[in-house]
Amino acid sequence: MIPTSNYLMLSAVLFTIGVIGVLTRRNIVIILMSIELILNAVNINLVVFSRQLGSVAGQVFAIFIITDAAAEVVVGLGILIALFRNRETVNADEIDLLKW
Amino acid sequence: MNPLPFFIDKLWLIPLFPAATALLMLLSGRWLQNRLISLLCCGSVFLSFLFSVGAFWQLLSLPGERIAEKILFDWIPAGSFLTSSGHLSSFTAQWGFLLDPLSAVMILVVSGVGFIIHVYSIGYMGHEGGYYRFFGFLNLFMFSMLTLVLANNIVLMFVGWEGVGLCSYLLIGFYFLRRSAADAGKKAFIVNRIGDSGFLLGIFLIATTLGTINFRQIPLALEEMHFSVGAPVITAITLLLFVGAIGKSAQLPLYVWLPDAMEGPTPVSALIHAATMVTAGVYMVARNHALYSLAPTTMHVVAVVGALTAVYAASMGLVQNDIKRVLAYSTISQLGYMFLACGVGAFAAGIFHLSTHAYFKALLFLGSGSVIHALGGEQDIRKMGGLWKKIPVTAKTFLVAALAIAGIPGLSGFFSKDEILWQSFAGPLGNRALWAIGVLTAGMTGFYMFRLVFKTFFGQPRYSHEVDHHIHESPRSMTIPLVILAFLSVAGGWVGIPAVLGGSNRFEHFLQPVFGRRADVVLAVNMHAHTQEIQLMIFSVLVAVLGIFLAYYFYLRRTDAPEKLVARFSAGYRLLYRKYYVDEVYDVLFVNRFKDAGTALAAFDLGVIDGWGVDGSSWLTRFTASRSMWTDNWIVDGAVRAFGFFVRLLSYPVRMIQAGFVQGYALSIVLGVLLLLGYYLLR
Repeated sequence: MIPTSNYLMLSAVLFTIGVIGVLTRRNIVIILMSIELILNAVNINLVVFSRQLGSVAGQVFAIFIITDAAAEVVVGLGILIALFRNRETVNADEIDLLKW
Repeated sequence: MNPLPFFIDKLWLIPLFPAATALLMLLSGRWLQNRLISLLCCGSVFLSFLFSVGAFWQLLSLPGERIAEKILFDWIPAGSFLTSSGHLSSFTAQWGFLLDPLSAVMILVVSGVGFIIHVYSIGYMGHEGGYYRFFGFLNLFMFSMLTLVLANNIVLMFVGWEGVGLCSYLLIGFYFLRRSAADAGKKAFIVNRIGDSGFLLGIFLIATTLGTINFRQIPLALEEMHFSVGAPVITAITLLLFVGAIGKSAQLPLYVWLPDAMEGPTPVSALIHAATMVTAGVYMVARNHALYSLAPTTMHVVAVVGALTAVYAASMGLVQNDIKRVLAYSTISQLGYMFLACGVGAFAAGIFHLSTHAYFKALLFLGSGSVIHALGGEQDIRKMGGLWKKIPVTAKTFLVAALAIAGIPGLSGFFSKDEILWQSFAGPLGNRALWAIGVLTAGMTGFYMFRLVFKTFFGQPRYSHEVDHHIHESPRSMTIPLVILAFLSVAGGWVGIPAVLGGSNRFEHFLQPVFGRRADVVLAVNMHAHTQEIQLMIFSVLVAVLGIFLAYYFYLRRTDAPEKLVARFSAGYRLLYRKYYVDEVYDVLFVNRFKDAGTALAAFDLGVIDGWGVDGSSWLTRFTASRSMWTDNWIVDGAVRAFGFFVRLLSYPVRMIQAGFVQGYALSIVLGVLLLLGYYLLR
């Protein structure tokens, strides 16, 4: 049986890749994809601990998060398309509307 | 105190009747029918007349002194004050009416003649616009005149005095669309103001000197304070009052308004500018005879002004061509007679002439109105002539009036005029010069009156063909008043037939309680010189007849003679025709000076008041406003802006964090999480 720490390691690697993606990439689509990575890293954690502790609650949470991620993508992409129509860009550093 | 008899107790109703209808007319006459207006307005004056007759009748039967006072209410309580001689006085001006023989005669004349002229106006004004306005003003006039006559104190008299002045103004300017009429109204009003200022000062001086303004108490106060004959303050009072009389009664030098007043409708000329209002000055002097008797200087002034006015106005009347203007000058001249009578102390004779003059002068004016009516508005006697057959009633009554005013024996004017002439000759204050002027005036009166009669009713017609077409006798409402007045012009003098002609001069006896002792003195003189009186009488009649004959000679026999005379004495004629250039002189001396003063004041207004005052204050306002705006901008707003700047200054570093880069925020979150994590792990 594969030890729990491996899974956690995978999760941590995925999470780190996601965080770096969010912080460094300028394209919002990629940022959104990176957020998905972060969420999935969390999902892995939830499922691993669910198996280790012998409780289903973690898996239920994971399914919730997948649903949530789907909804988030829908909303995020919708905003993105609206934004693109207005500004003709998907570059995060050109979209600084929240300044001041 | 016994209750007063009915009509005397209801004395206050006499002025009230016309006042009520005047109010009604002026408020709602616009919506009333002409018939109703005539009925109401003439009816109210007729009621006044009936009550006057009643009051007169009951006055005759009053026991003891024939004097009655009806006080309605205290009008102006003056409080107490020290008179100039140091008496403590407190009087109130009452709204009260005084009935004595003098005011009884006056209310009879005013309401009687007033009623007749009201009836005449129904016919005369029937086709005119503003019928209700005319009758409203006329009734307002009756109210004012009756108040003036019946007032028991001089302040209430002044109310009536101003009231009649106002009505005179309104009625002269009745055809206010005509420029000349409006101007004439203004002229009358302004010239009267000059006189009234004197009257008002006289009233003040009476109040502060005597401490009373009541006509019954003034003689008592005079006696109590022991004023000697010729006391300067009394002379001042009487002279000031006489200035008022000069203005109202159109004497020299304030007569100029009366000829122009002929712009008004003819019944107005008859009622206001012949029979009643202009005689108010005579009435006022007679009413204050107690004061005048103490001021011989003033009496002389009154007599001289009266005599000079009489002859002066008559001379202008000789050459005028407007039928009403001739009558206007005649009125001024006759008023001069009345003042002459007052000035020589024959107040009763003055009032007697006042009443007879009211009859025949009203008749002359109404007759001239009838002529004008018949000729469709023509007033120039050069365009008349030969009307005797066409308008017989008018012509005959006019002739009667002309005979009366000329002083033909038996008619009213003869008795009153000769009474005045005799008193001015033989009275205690009279002298031969005054008498001579009076007789000269009588001759001129005969001339100009018959010049009118002959040029209007006799000789060749000089009017155009179209006018000839619709000449007609006036309606009955106009001719009946003429006939009544003609009767009065004949018989009105019979109450004053002098002793020398077998009468007893009842008129003078009737007024004797009012004028007192002086009348006795005059009567005593009468007894001494009967033959002389008759001689003088015959002489004056001869002079008048000579005047009439001259008129006959010039205007019927030798119609070319006047022109030759005019050519011969063209300078003199022009002087008379242009009325001695008095209007022009007044224009140059006073009117234009006042206009100059007005222009100067306007310049002062523009330059100083507007320039310095208004513009200066606006400049000052703008200046202070600009200063205060500067303060606002730099001090107040500056403080606000400084505060804002300070806040921005502080917020600047904080603002730098909010770069708007989502990833920047995300990075700070990650760093924060790492920081907290590191803190917990390494603790």
